[in-house]
Amino acid sequence: MAAIAGRGPTDSPIRSSLRDPRFWLLVATAALTIIDGYLIFVVAPTDQVLGHIQRIFYIHVPISILSFLGFLVCAVAGIGYLIRRGEVWDRVAHAAAEVGVVFVTLALVTGVIWARPVWGVWWTWEPRLTTTLILWLIYVAYLMIRHYAPTAQQGRAWSAVVGIIGFVDVPIVYYSVQWWRSIHPVQVIGPEAADDALEPIMARILVFSLVAALALFSYLLLERVALRGAEDAVSAIRRQGTYD
Amino acid sequence: MRLLSATLAIAWKDVRLEIRSRDTVVSALIFGLIVVVVFNFGLNRTPGSLAPAAPGLLWVAYGFVGVLAMNRAFAREQEQGALDGLLAAPVSRDAVFLGKMLGTLAFMLVIEGVLLPVFAVMLDLPALSPTLGLIILLATIGFATVGTFFAAIAAQTRSREILLPVLFFPVIVPVIIAAVEATALVLQGGPMQAVWTRWLPLLVVFDALFLVICPWIFGYVFEG
Amino acid sequence: MSHGSSGSPAISAAGLRKDYGDRSVLRGVDISVPWGQTAVLFGPNGAGKTTLLRILAGLSRPDAGDTHIAGFQMRRSGGRARTLVGFVGHQTLLYSDLTCRENLVFYAKLYGVEDSAHRIGRVLERLNLADRADRRVRTLSHGMQKRLSLARAILHEPAVLLLDEPESGLDADSVASLGHLLKDWSTSGKSALLTTHSSEIGQAWADRVFILERGRLAGESPVHGNALPTQSASRPGAAHG
Repeated sequence: MAAIAGRGPTDSPIRSSLRDPRFWLLVATAALTIIDGYLIFVVAPTDQVLGHIQRIFYIHVPISILSFLGFLVCAVAGIGYLIRRGEVWDRVAHAAAEVGVVFVTLALVTGVIWARPVWGVWWTWEPRLTTTLILWLIYVAYLMIRHYAPTAQQGRAWSAVVGIIGFVDVPIVYYSVQWWRSIHPVQVIGPEAADDALEPIMARILVFSLVAALALFSYLLLERVALRGAEDAVSAIRRQGTYD
Repeated sequence: MRLLSATLAIAWKDVRLEIRSRDTVVSALIFGLIVVVVFNFGLNRTPGSLAPAAPGLLWVAYGFVGVLAMNRAFAREQEQGALDGLLAAPVSRDAVFLGKMLGTLAFMLVIEGVLLPVFAVMLDLPALSPTLGLIILLATIGFATVGTFFAAIAAQTRSREILLPVLFFPVIVPVIIAAVEATALVLQGGPMQAVWTRWLPLLVVFDALFLVICPWIFGYVFEG
Repeated sequence: MSHGSSGSPAISAAGLRKDYGDRSVLRGVDISVPWGQTAVLFGPNGAGKTTLLRILAGLSRPDAGDTHIAGFQMRRSGGRARTLVGFVGHQTLLYSDLTCRENLVFYAKLYGVEDSAHRIGRVLERLNLADRADRRVRTLSHGMQKRLSLARAILHEPAVLLLDEPESGLDADSVASLGHLLKDWSTSGKSALLTTHSSEIGQAWADRVFILERGRLAGESPVHGNALPTQSASRPGAAHG
């Protein structure tokens, strides 16, 4: 509403979007992603043991890390909402959970694509993969609870507490799955992947990929927060319209 | 003092209601049996006993039965709007939480206690041990704590039957893992070191953590 | 009768707002009920009467605004405020498989009522339920259950009664005895706020009338004799159940 009101009669949509930081973040994200693609598929050396499939690692690792960041943001913003009661906190928490779920889903898919040629199976109950799956389940439940809540206020408070419980639970899940796995080792048919044997150029490309993924994450988060703000503004207009 | 007396009043009220109607315990017992019978057809395809799968089967059954009991515990509050009566009373939300949790814990322990010998016969488990009792107690405290919390949320929606398991099971995974592994070690009768150094401490940490967090944020569950 | 801070009204609410999604249920409601009065809240369906009562009872959190019971703020001193409120809702708030007495014993414990056995005997007597005391609530008629829910609400001797359509489901005799009870209630210096659809009951019982319409207070006046302020025409479109 504020954006529409603030736009003068001579302002074109293009000029107003040039002033929007989100626009520049989008440009930066696009540039970083294109460069990252070039680095991953052209510059990065082919892994001597695993072959081309190893390149998925530059995508899989950053999005896995950022999905955790998403859930951290979600839990912190949830606590912020419960204490401060500002709807902005809730918009951030919700947006972070949604972006987090998208990233976790991608992490699972790339994990499966990786596992087939490298480990010889589509799915393996490897600790990190298993923890990621449980994380996915917890945050899908987080999104469901918003949908099922009878009122928006209940949805905000409930999802905040689920976000907090889920985040506290993740480290326990990780340790329990790791202990469990140490008793029942994964059946690996293909060659084992050794994460620590990373060439310096590979490590640098991984860091660059992480930056690119962070830009994408931030852009999606901001865009989603703004969209939630617009949704709330529409709701407010509807509420007024109920009586006038 | 008020906290304790209100907590016990709420828990005792649930126990008394259950003794009157017996609907939760009976249906949960039957359901527990059905889980084992159905799993028998799923797992027992070669002649022989189900003993290797027994720890997993036991805890899957306990988990499902627990969800059933927890859903009932809050459905009862909603029948005549009694939950409003609880919330309008000058009783802190932690007392409501602890009361409902203790009531649920009592049911679940009774149901589990009755099911255990039945399972022991059906699954051909070796003798029952006090260590197994301790595992069941600690794991059930974890179940009841997290479950009561989520049941309070699920009960306020129109889809509580689906929402409670969807919320409950992912969070409870560490308890299931620890309980299954510890039960397996007990049933094998081999070295029990891992039970004491790993799985029971894991259960204690889980229980303690959620027994602090859940009452603390329980008030936010009731935002009307 | 002096409850809480001296000079504060029995019930007061200021600037109450409450939204449910795309709908504003309360849009800035100020209300105040002095000691020794029975106030009646009129309004079409969906005007926000039940929401207002639930907020006053501490069952619902307003999006904005404050409520006080006898000077105790519900948000900050919820424990004190709740002790002073007796609430009768649409549902009975009772456990069907407990007896009347068991229900009351349970609530007496929650409210920390001293000498509860004696007090329970008295309220059961007062509401003509003494002979059903040890029957399960499930076996009672609807009207008796409603009376028991009233007994539940006055058991801890609150200073303020909040009743949401208390006359619904009651037979004529019970309505009359409820009227007597409220008369005694306000004569003894306590206050009550109730909603009703029946303008007859409103006229008979009210010392003060509030009209809630589309989430706002549309009128307030003390009642002199039978001079009930007429409700302004309500658009059917405004009623949302």
